[in-house]
Amino acid sequence: MKNLYTLKKYFVRYKKKLFLGILFILLSNIGTVYIPLFLRDAINGLQNQISLEKLLYYCILIIGASAVAGFFRFLIRETIIVVSREIEFDLRKDFWKHIQKLPLRYFQNNSTGNVMAHATNDINAVRTFLGPAVMYSLDTSVRLIIVISIMISLNFSLTIYSLLPLPILSFLVYKVSSIIHFKFTKIQEKFSELTTKAQENFSGIRVVKSYVREENEILKFNEISKDYLKKNMNLVKTQALFYPLLFLITGLSIIIVIWLGGIKVIENQLDLGEITAFIVYLGILIWPMIAFGWVINIIQQGEASMKRLNKIYSEPFEITDSENTDYSIKDLKGDIEFKDVTFKYGNNLPKILDGINLKIPHGSTLAIMGFTGAGKTSLINLIPRLYDCTEGKILIDGKNIKEIPLNILRSNIGLVQQEAFLFSDTIKNNLSYGLDDFEENKIFNAAKLSNLDEEINSFPNGYETIMGERGITLSGGQKQRASLARALVTNPQILILDDSFSAVDTHTEEQILKNLIDYTHNRTTIIISHRISTVKNADKIIVLNNSKIVEEGTHDQLLAKEGIYSDLHFKQLLEKELEEI
Amino acid sequence: MANDYKKEEEILGKAYDSKLMKRLLSYTKPYKKYIIFAILMNIVVASLGPIRPYLTKIAVDDYIANSDYKGLMIIGLLLLASLLFQAVMQYFLIYFTEYLGQKIIYDLRSQIYSHVQKLALKFFDRTPIGRIVTRVTNDIESLNALFSSGIVMVFSDIFIILWIFGFMFFLDVNLSLVTLSVLPFLFYGTFLFRRKVRESYRDVRLHLARLNSYMQEHITGMNVVQIFNKEKSELKKFSSINNDYRKANIKSIFYYAVFFPSVELISSVAIGLIIWYGGGNVISSTLTIGVLFAFIQYTEMFFRPIRDLSEKYNIMQTAMASSERIFKLLDNKTFINNSETTINFENVEGEIEFKNVWFEYKENEPVLKDINFKINPGETVAIVGATGAGKTSIINILTRFYDIQKGNIFVDGKDIKELNKRDLRKYISIVLQDVFLFSGTIRSNISMDNSEIPFDNIKKAAELVGADKFIEALPNKYDEMVMERGATLSVGQKQLISFARALAYNPQILILDEATSSVDTETEGLIQKAIEKLLVGRTAIVIAHRLSTIQNADKIIVLHKGEIRETGNHQELLAKKGIYYKLYQLQYKDQEINKSA
Repeated sequence: MKNLYTLKKYFVRYKKKLFLGILFILLSNIGTVYIPLFLRDAINGLQNQISLEKLLYYCILIIGASAVAGFFRFLIRETIIVVSREIEFDLRKDFWKHIQKLPLRYFQNNSTGNVMAHATNDINAVRTFLGPAVMYSLDTSVRLIIVISIMISLNFSLTIYSLLPLPILSFLVYKVSSIIHFKFTKIQEKFSELTTKAQENFSGIRVVKSYVREENEILKFNEISKDYLKKNMNLVKTQALFYPLLFLITGLSIIIVIWLGGIKVIENQLDLGEITAFIVYLGILIWPMIAFGWVINIIQQGEASMKRLNKIYSEPFEITDSENTDYSIKDLKGDIEFKDVTFKYGNNLPKILDGINLKIPHGSTLAIMGFTGAGKTSLINLIPRLYDCTEGKILIDGKNIKEIPLNILRSNIGLVQQEAFLFSDTIKNNLSYGLDDFEENKIFNAAKLSNLDEEINSFPNGYETIMGERGITLSGGQKQRASLARALVTNPQILILDDSFSAVDTHTEEQILKNLIDYTHNRTTIIISHRISTVKNADKIIVLNNSKIVEEGTHDQLLAKEGIYSDLHFKQLLEKELEEI
Repeated sequence: MANDYKKEEEILGKAYDSKLMKRLLSYTKPYKKYIIFAILMNIVVASLGPIRPYLTKIAVDDYIANSDYKGLMIIGLLLLASLLFQAVMQYFLIYFTEYLGQKIIYDLRSQIYSHVQKLALKFFDRTPIGRIVTRVTNDIESLNALFSSGIVMVFSDIFIILWIFGFMFFLDVNLSLVTLSVLPFLFYGTFLFRRKVRESYRDVRLHLARLNSYMQEHITGMNVVQIFNKEKSELKKFSSINNDYRKANIKSIFYYAVFFPSVELISSVAIGLIIWYGGGNVISSTLTIGVLFAFIQYTEMFFRPIRDLSEKYNIMQTAMASSERIFKLLDNKTFINNSETTINFENVEGEIEFKNVWFEYKENEPVLKDINFKINPGETVAIVGATGAGKTSIINILTRFYDIQKGNIFVDGKDIKELNKRDLRKYISIVLQDVFLFSGTIRSNISMDNSEIPFDNIKKAAELVGADKFIEALPNKYDEMVMERGATLSVGQKQLISFARALAYNPQILILDEATSSVDTETEGLIQKAIEKLLVGRTAIVIAHRLSTIQNADKIIVLHKGEIRETGNHQELLAKKGIYYKLYQLQYKDQEINKSA
């Protein structure tokens, strides 16, 4: 229960509504328990020459009591269950607020599916605890106390005998539902095995077909499918117990009332009216007794989920402002310096960057080249502090970036990532993503700079066209250019292009680079690329290899060196020639 | 199922479709006898509940009133017996119908999976794999409820209601009519509730889907959010979607909050009517108290079967939507068909000839243009070319993964269109560039789980390609499990396994698509040796990335933009100083430098 204690603050927030809910539970139960009493009086009256008017009076009382009980029952749901939805809202909001601040490292170590599972399944389990579990346990307790005391006042021994089976019911419901829960997870495991098998087969269908293994694959799939069937039947074995047991036990109680009660009537210790009341009371108690067993399970599951959520809440933010943050910094100019920077993704992992020293003066352009895995992306990711460097420091305008307020730092950097990620929203909203206020001119300008304007206008709804799953699919090159435009819109002092033209054809790329000459004139620019044509005009080019800077200089200087750069240059010329044959 | 949020293909209220239903019901045919048996059983079992209030009526009127202890005991025992019998029978009935349902689902799943196995690669190119997987798994799953509890148990609910009617009318017709006057309200209320809940649940799901896809998208793109400093405004957006979801939920609470008390109220009205009307008759001695007693119990018995019936209606609607998608896939007939009469294909020598072959994936965009070449049995041909030259397409059409548009391909002088696909592929092994390992053991990956290949052959194949050393070093050797497509194995190891796989099948014709990914020099040595072994004694087409392979080939075909531009051996082609010469400098020259270094 200690994990669920975290929820206390939410309960406190809605204490007024919750108290009302408890009051309604009390009132509704009072209404409910009167019905059997009226019924008793009516039946007893029938044996003593009651008048028709009196019967009608009881009839109206029964309906009236039921109406009162029902009215408050309605209010119970409208308070307690509603509160559970309110708390769910708060819970999810707080979850999201927290998630947003977690460092990139967290998202790289935890798959999206994993984080989603927490956001959906776990929060849902906690919600079920908050709503139904709380409501039913309160309702059950209140009802038990009132009904049992009335029953005892009617007849003590019959109460004891007839209620004997009900605790067994609670226990069985608890047992059966926890077995069901366990077996259900087994089924889910099998189901995901089935899914994986299908997924694997469809992905490797080429291999399957080339080795003519279709029949065998069908056999294997059927085997898992059969296993899945078995697991399901195993669950059915338990689940099928549920209703029969329920009827058996409740039926048992009623038989006890009729048999024992009948004997008592014969012996004049009890009237038929009381027996009727008993039977109806048992009907009232059955559901709460079932709920009792069920609630225990929900609490257990809620506890387990809350534990997982709490683990996320204890996840450190890592990259935030600290006590050293200098909030007087409002603007950045863009002189960047790397001083002996070393970077690893984890303590035991190899160095991705090793002793990097680099100066990128304001207004200049740096190009970075190197093979895949050389550390290019890692290097530029350090500048907006997507990661913090392991050793050494990075300065902007002579200030350690760890001392610059994070929002100032990031709002001055326009980072265009290798894999352009756009949201499924309109093009306009995507391009204006970095703006606080929407400014049409800026967007059009950026789109023009990125050579995207014409294409956007050719889309069915122009800038209002929705992209992504529910809209049009952009080509890789279009996505990259949109992502470039999105960064340009924010007018950053530092512009970083991480291989952002890889899917753009060379001709378009050249045009964009030409467009950008003016734009980058007063900004610091860093370009990662595999293409010589992209980098050759940079003020400085560095080549990264095995975590280190191995070549450094201008295009001409590097060509003269006959190293990696000049080799790439030669090969790209060849490719171009081949292309033209 | 963490992936469920992805399943956004909303199952919306599909109207009843008799054609679909007929087709669905056709799956129950093999089990017709059992189903009829289960329905008949239901008639009996359904009576066991309604008989009990009748028995209590006898107890009250005949025995309690007459102080007959023995009679009361007999009724008590009868009640007990009916209760026990009902519980046991119910258990077996539920178990039995569930089993039938599961069997039918199993059949259907098996059928759709087999169907997909036979579809041509063209289908897989066009259809996202996730979608096919959903058909085989989730869509089938949503039919489960229809077959297991829907079809048979519907009768259970109907019979229970009919039995109650029967007993009530048998006891007293007038009181029955009075009591049952509330039934229309109950029916109407329940079905109205179902409809409203269904509507509001759809609303909830819609908002939940929005919420989930928002989260999914923004977790994936969290770095963009952070880079652009948008945490605050994204939180606002999130809250508004979250709020819509909350509102939808709260709205659906309303229906529950109204429904349950209403049902109780209706049942109280029924009890009230019994007391008033029935009580009046008791006073005038036209009715006994025992009948009142029984009727009060009957009023409580109606609700469950009625509620279940309304639920079954929902189950059926959901099944309609899923089955429509499933049947659509089953009706997809994108096959590569064998010709009507296939030629016998045995004792293959391995001669291959392409004659004026044209091929396109998309109309009017040919990727291979007028390809002509001949390979003699036992020869090795290397195909080289830049990316997009059409190299892979040659493999695809030789094995009839795709059919060509013009020209002919002959193996041993026989047109492959005239051959049975299975025979053709039996004699051809392909080693693909991206090695695809299946979950299972190393052994099952080499044999492709073919029990006809003895373990000795598997071992021999592994030895020949030099994979035995690392396999023997694994804790479980050949029985070592392959995790997630071979994540624990190195690129080189995976390649060696795929070589062993091809070798274990001892094909007449080998197609090898060499991987470009770089491996360490030691592994490279192993791979080169393995390839030499692979090529001995069979016809081979190699999409070559290794200088050593090219140099050892009998002939090199240079493919450029879908056409054969140069042919010859390494030295001849180098001397030409044409395309091959450039490719050589671009791709292969470094290997020479590395080798000499």
